Amino acid sequence: MTNKEYESYYVPSQSHWPIVGAIALFMIALGAAHYVTDLSKEQNGYGGYLLLAGIALVIYMLAGWFSDVINESLAGKYSHQMDNSFHQGMSWFIFSEVMFFAAFFGALLYLRVFSVPWLGGAGNNAETGAVLWPDFVAHWPLLTTPDGTTTSAMGWYGLPLINTVILITSSVTAHFAHDALIKNNRKPLKVWLGLTIVLGIIFMSLQILEYSHGYSEEMRLFLTSGVYGNSFYLLTGFHGMHVTLGCIMLIVMWFRILKGHFTPNNHFAFKAASWYWHFVDVVWVMLFVFVYIL
Amino acid sequence: MTTDVIKETSHDDHQNDHHGDHKMTGIKRWLYTTNHKDIGTLYLWFSFIMLLTGGALAMVIRAELFQPGLQIVEPDFFNQLTTVHGLIMVFGAIMPAFTGFANWMLPMMVGAPDMALPRMNNWSFWILPFAFGILLSSFFMESGAPNFGWTFYAPLSTTYSNGSTAFFVFAVHIMGISSIMGAINIVVTIMNMRAPGMTYMKMPLFVWTFFITAYLLIAVMPVLAGVVTMVLTDTYFGTSFFNAAGGGDPVMFQHIFWFFGHPEVYIMILPAFGIVSTIIPAFSRKKLFGYSSMVYATSSIALLSFIVWAHHMFTTGMPLFGELFFMYCTMLIAVPTGVKVFNWVATMWRGSLSFETPMLFSIAFVILFTIGGFSGLMLAMTPVDFQYHDTYFVVAHFHYVLVTGSLFSLYAGAYYWLPKWTGNMYNDALSKWHFWCSLISVNLLFFPMHFLGLAGMPRRIPDYALQFADFNKWVSIGGFAFGLSQLIFLAVVIKCIRGGEKAPAKPWDGAAGLEWTVASPAPYHTFSTPPPQSDIDNADQHSH
Repeated sequence: MTNKEYESYYVPSQSHWPIVGAIALFMIALGAAHYVTDLSKEQNGYGGYLLLAGIALVIYMLAGWFSDVINESLAGKYSHQMDNSFHQGMSWFIFSEVMFFAAFFGALLYLRVFSVPWLGGAGNNAETGAVLWPDFVAHWPLLTTPDGTTTSAMGWYGLPLINTVILITSSVTAHFAHDALIKNNRKPLKVWLGLTIVLGIIFMSLQILEYSHGYSEEMRLFLTSGVYGNSFYLLTGFHGMHVTLGCIMLIVMWFRILKGHFTPNNHFAFKAASWYWHFVDVVWVMLFVFVYIL
Repeated sequence: MTTDVIKETSHDDHQNDHHGDHKMTGIKRWLYTTNHKDIGTLYLWFSFIMLLTGGALAMVIRAELFQPGLQIVEPDFFNQLTTVHGLIMVFGAIMPAFTGFANWMLPMMVGAPDMALPRMNNWSFWILPFAFGILLSSFFMESGAPNFGWTFYAPLSTTYSNGSTAFFVFAVHIMGISSIMGAINIVVTIMNMRAPGMTYMKMPLFVWTFFITAYLLIAVMPVLAGVVTMVLTDTYFGTSFFNAAGGGDPVMFQHIFWFFGHPEVYIMILPAFGIVSTIIPAFSRKKLFGYSSMVYATSSIALLSFIVWAHHMFTTGMPLFGELFFMYCTMLIAVPTGVKVFNWVATMWRGSLSFETPMLFSIAFVILFTIGGFSGLMLAMTPVDFQYHDTYFVVAHFHYVLVTGSLFSLYAGAYYWLPKWTGNMYNDALSKWHFWCSLISVNLLFFPMHFLGLAGMPRRIPDYALQFADFNKWVSIGGFAFGLSQLIFLAVVIKCIRGGEKAPAKPWDGAAGLEWTVASPAPYHTFSTPPPQSDIDNADQHSH
């Protein structure tokens, strides 16, 4: 290949957004650290405000940063190679998210296969069981912990099953939206994407409803009621945060589509949001199987 | 070669006009920069400041251990010192230093105009100082700094936390975000930005090692984020992941932590392999022996690093099958590592060697890293590890691989590329002083620790039994000498930046690589148009 065929790679000039983002992350981390520390000491502090201000600054930073990127893209500064960088960057980001959830799924597996049975005396731990908590019976879901805290399990039928159907459907509608975008059918694109967003919001609402059932005196599924509830809230909680983030991404895409952005050949942001949406969907299916059913 | 240099420089000038972006001056240049060389410089300076900070903490540790009894610090503060020393050296000194090398060298080595995602590159750097600001500020808080060891084992970091856990957790989250973004940038740069004609197996081995390291980072930093999150909820929100009373298990913490932690130690050594594999051929005036086997060995080490984590936990009472599995897998790593050491030696074999400072540090690396590797093999044997566990033998082992391994490779690389970075040659005499003082003092510092550990001196203690007094005195003297020797490096670098003999585009006659086809100092923008195929072929490390 000679140099003449080479498309130049756009290297942006200086940008102030990263340092704004760095200050925002600093505020979030410092605010959150103060907030939880004060919470544990039951005292009031400024941590919560700092945290919220940091989140606001991150949103401001993302809006500014992405609008720079969008303007550069609309101005035709990006080459095919740049598009590849974005695609690969997003795929590796999603891979890092997969590993984040893998840590939690690994913890769930360890709790179920090793720690709870061992506490009940399995393996070479008969003595441990007899000496420490002789009355403890190992079972999953762990409804009575070794120190005697009781709770109840979340069934898989009802809300979780409905939510599974909703989220899988939303993945399908997201795919139809993408398909419509590639075929340049703008109207079905708006409808399918809008439907995806609505399904996402319904999913989140039902999750909140489910949490309110769990976090009641009736079910007593609290953060303090042993590792069953812990792993339940950890996995569904982080999944919920990711659904919220994915939903926000899709809403941004919807408004950009209303403004006439994206062409059948050039719609990386849309693809990224839709990849992310499929990713949270797959995580949910795993969750449904390992947290709820099994 | 000279004509190429001139041609390339003129290309760059032309490209600069074309882009219309000029180097800003003052603080804004560094805060807003998207230039991989600027960001590389920031990473390198930051990591050196962190090295001196972590080193200062180590000086206090060695002063306390100079003689038995409690002289200088309280035991709890001693624990804070060892914890923060470890965290700073791992996450603040070694890792960012390698990222600095990646930023400076990768785009030039693959013939790319910059890193693939330049703005994100700036973000990954600038969040780091804030993270360490949070971590270090905890020294001045009521709670004190983290005192649970850099491995923050539960329940030390949860039930028995001194109240610093939240600051620690959120600081680590930011460090993790920084590493992940940096790693994504490295992977995408290498996959997508290579000059046309540079196939994967034509990449310098340096590029390969950073490529594989970046994969490890993307795979395991999120796991670290996961485990610190569980530590946070256990400490502040009443969960029981690492508490047996609620059905959890403190040993589960260790499993998840070391699933991150073992690949992490390779994250700190694989790039060192890359640097040494660049320098030894240059000063042996030969091609690297066994380039392909180096690529496969690095990949094997990276893959094996995922299935050896529990060798850090032999004494936790794992089932016998686990002990055996992790012992054998760990020993397997000696095979690809042995391939590497063999290849370095074979590269030097019958080469026409010369001993410039980068080469001295590289040869020291090969020998001393191998000592660290051998003590690692000893620790890999489950039954003997029962005795060595948590003793100074472990401290000796990982300081041999991290100080005389990683840090020495960083020095080797810094001396090798300083002429390219600054445009000036470093002061040769002073650099040799740095090398010899470091080499002698580092061995005085860490070698006796093997004997202390074998004799049973536990790690992470401010006081010790009288029979360890003599060795500890010498270790401390070695420590102070090593600490002072690093100031020589600071002097060399400052002198080199301010002036000195002008460096030609390629100051090392045996060096290969695209970075030597551009002028010294490297122009602000390089390879805005890709290098010619002939340059890529010349840089090829394969021996034909």
